[in-house]
Amino acid sequence: MNYTFHWLPAFRALPDMLWGALVTLEIAVLSMLLGVAFAILLALAAASPYRALRAAAASWIELARNTPALFQIYMAYFGLGSLGIHLDSFVALLAGITFNNAGYLAETFRGGLRAVPPTQVRAARSLGMGQVQAFRLVVMPQMFRIVFYPLTNQMVWAILMTSLGVIVGLNNDLTGVTQDLNVRSFRTFEYFALAAVIYYLLAKFVTLSARLMAWRLFRY
Amino acid sequence: MFSSLFETSFSFNDLLFMLKGAGVTLMLTFWAVLGGTLLGVVFGVIRAIAPWWVNAPLGAVLDVFRSIPLLIQLVVANSFKTIIGLHWSPFTVGCVVLALYMSAYCTEIVRSGFLAVPATTRRAARSLGLSWRQDLTEIVFPIALRVALPSWIGLTLGVMKDTAMVWWIGVVELLRSSQVIVTRIQEPLFVLSIAGLIYFLMSFPIARLGARLEKRWREND
Repeated sequence: MNYTFHWLPAFRALPDMLWGALVTLEIAVLSMLLGVAFAILLALAAASPYRALRAAAASWIELARNTPALFQIYMAYFGLGSLGIHLDSFVALLAGITFNNAGYLAETFRGGLRAVPPTQVRAARSLGMGQVQAFRLVVMPQMFRIVFYPLTNQMVWAILMTSLGVIVGLNNDLTGVTQDLNVRSFRTFEYFALAAVIYYLLAKFVTLSARLMAWRLFRY
Repeated sequence: MFSSLFETSFSFNDLLFMLKGAGVTLMLTFWAVLGGTLLGVVFGVIRAIAPWWVNAPLGAVLDVFRSIPLLIQLVVANSFKTIIGLHWSPFTVGCVVLALYMSAYCTEIVRSGFLAVPATTRRAARSLGLSWRQDLTEIVFPIALRVALPSWIGLTLGVMKDTAMVWWIGVVELLRSSQVIVTRIQEPLFVLSIAGLIYFLMSFPIARLGARLEKRWREND
């Protein structure tokens, strides 16, 4: 082994990489918020009496779950481009991950919805609540409790998926910044090992804060 | 603008090229799943029965593979291989990283399957005169398998989809082969759709099978 490690340049680049980590977190959070919104709509559409709605929801869900996330991001970046819709790499990455998140979370929410007994809705309705009210005040809180853990898992997934942005040319998230530094110095191992550590800490940060939140939220 | 959807310079050879890429994807998946499952079963059983001072460090190490993007793992492993002077092909590096990655998830699946077997059932088996080994092969294995198999199928499909990232270290698999064709004929939507269709066809039937198994086995519980 005749290789000398050069950790100093990597540590000197740490501030830049941490700014990149912030962008990573931002994309992940945005994609989760949008993903949850779409997922609830998809889960409701999948349970709706209209066939067209059910079919649309099913094809979104199956496409998102049965093709690689990278493929979905490619589609948003290169595929939509040939339809004349030109997204920049940030938006393409966000769209790709959101599409993916929504597909996976829709299944989660469907499971969550089914786990709330229909008698609860009937009870709420007979107490005089409207349909929306019953959903918001009775179904949602119970569903949220069930889907919370899968939701945090998906959040970690979203963080990991943001690393794919570099492939469509994103250069300000953690992987993008790291790759930029890498092509300038070819200290691949040092830079990427440091990036790996930051990703690990980000993922741990998310799981720990989720655990804390669950402890605060779900105490009886 | 839409003319490219109907007139294409995509040839039969291009399709063959992409199918060859799909073959590489399947080979990567095969080795990753084989290695990942073997390691996962070993680690999973260890995690289920070992005392905490074995269990906790093993869990922490495996957790690392689940908390770092696969892309970063691939790049780090690939450059590390060069540093220590191993002459592995990118394909081998991809297989090894994917196998470790899969083993990290598989361990948890095996462990939860193992722990899903009620202690009372195992005690009953032992008091009926079954040996420790018989208890494992005749009681724990069948019950754990039912719990674990659907998740294992899901994981396998997940790994199959994650092989798409391996092109970053220089393996021409399905997605990369479609990129190569896109660069030549400049019809990204069409070529990518074909790649997506191939992925879908490889994944969807097995996903369905997994869902069916899960449902059928649940009815008997």
